Amino acid sequence: MEKANFKKIVSDGLLYKNPILVQLLGICATLAVTTSVTNGIAMGLSTTAVLVCSNLFISLLRKFIMKEVRIASYIVVISGFVTAVELLIKAFLPEINKSLGVFIPLIVVNCIILSRAESFASKNSPLFSVLDGLFMGLGFTVALICVSAIRELIGAGTLLGYRILPESYEPALIFIMSAGAFFTLAFVVAGANKLLAILDKKHRKEEQ
Amino acid sequence: MSLLKVSSSPHIRHEDTTRIIMSDVIIALIPSLIFGVYIFGLRALFLTLISVLTCVLSEAIYNKLMKKPSTVRDMSAVVSGILLAFNLPVTAPAWLPVIGGIFAMIIVKALFGGIGKNIMNPVLAARVFLFASWPSHMTRYSAPLESVNSFMIGAPDAVSSATTLTDLKNGIIPSIDLFDLILGKTAGCIGEVSSLLLLAGGLYLLVRRIITWHIPVSFIATVAVLTLVFAPDGVSNISFMLYELFSGGLILGAVFMATDYVTSPVTRGGRIIFGIGCGLLTVFIRFFGGYPEGVSFAILIMNLFVWYLDRAFKPTKFGGGRKNAKA
Repeated sequence: MEKANFKKIVSDGLLYKNPILVQLLGICATLAVTTSVTNGIAMGLSTTAVLVCSNLFISLLRKFIMKEVRIASYIVVISGFVTAVELLIKAFLPEINKSLGVFIPLIVVNCIILSRAESFASKNSPLFSVLDGLFMGLGFTVALICVSAIRELIGAGTLLGYRILPESYEPALIFIMSAGAFFTLAFVVAGANKLLAILDKKHRKEEQ
Repeated sequence: MSLLKVSSSPHIRHEDTTRIIMSDVIIALIPSLIFGVYIFGLRALFLTLISVLTCVLSEAIYNKLMKKPSTVRDMSAVVSGILLAFNLPVTAPAWLPVIGGIFAMIIVKALFGGIGKNIMNPVLAARVFLFASWPSHMTRYSAPLESVNSFMIGAPDAVSSATTLTDLKNGIIPSIDLFDLILGKTAGCIGEVSSLLLLAGGLYLLVRRIITWHIPVSFIATVAVLTLVFAPDGVSNISFMLYELFSGGLILGAVFMATDYVTSPVTRGGRIIFGIGCGLLTVFIRFFGGYPEGVSFAILIMNLFVWYLDRAFKPTKFGGGRKNAKA
């Protein structure tokens, strides 16, 4: 296992190992909540909060958790933080709670969090684990914003609730329905693949 | 001297190219198009031209940009364009066929690998896409023989008229004469109204051996049997069945959409099961679904089963099979 370093954590989280665009993890949440940019940001940030906390604690506890029961232990830690986040959102952001609904408690089963616990936090020091959680979470948020911005703009003509396209634009309702989520995600992932291919080519040229 | 050159066998050839097949389909569609123009006015022709132009241009530009060999000359984009316009009401704004055409040709057809590789019928997928996106435009039917503004970009004003499917959904026989319905003097999409001319086009394709009878017959027969047996109380079963058969896009779908080469099974058995499946789903959606019409959804869903049907009805190889397995 290569040693963790700051620069790699940042670039992996945001682009090269982006949980949605490259690893295609947590797709259910992505497809379900990206109907508006507000929802996308809210979902991204709450997941980031859970991810940072759970990565920190799992990393601290990594020497005490027995290998045989590690998944169950991770889930206990994760669900604790999800409950905390859920209660906070209910108390302070009732609007967000209304629009995200059941998808906040469902962060528990978001595979991004479990995958970071298993593949990173359980093997690295608390400091790096927190950073990894932060940038993986931000990468998730960025991808959610990309998908939800396209869907909201085409499907409702607005961004963050503000009208962008003129009144005469007739929104294509399919983009805020679930079918539109699949189209949009496919195109965003295709765009990310193209970007990665261009970066890879550039990188190879520099090495030569 | 070229007459004396003899190539290797086979010596008898048939020029059955995609281009010839597609030209035959266009010939079969033309009577319905003319009838559509007669009943809905010049706007029907205007929308059809926009739709055809969009489909052809989308395919040409995509092939050019992706540096693929041009497939415009095989005429399949022209057929898609006509069929897409056939699926629109005449009161649709002119940008509707543009978006539909781009969606059909680029997203449903080209991105899956172009002609021969798409898993769903591009025209029907585009119709459902438009239907889900702009339901108000896709369900506003003008009355037959009513004049609408021919060359308007936006949606022209028209007195909206209910189709016979709405009545049938409510369990009553529509007031329109059955003969007028079969002839096509009714509200509906541009190309779906005249069952008579669509059937004539289908007959032409059958005679020319472009399509086989299996899919249309099993499709229509399934709908006929189900609507005959399960007609609502208080109406005549026979007339309910006849009105169901000649309403909406059933004939257009069964003859021209379900028989698309790319998205239908290749074996006889597979085709019959495919047709029965389309018929069952159509009746289920018409009876229990939220929409009055179910033909397009039914065909699209059955498109996804084509791969399995082709596997299930694989013909036995010569000399193979169970009888010779032990020998």
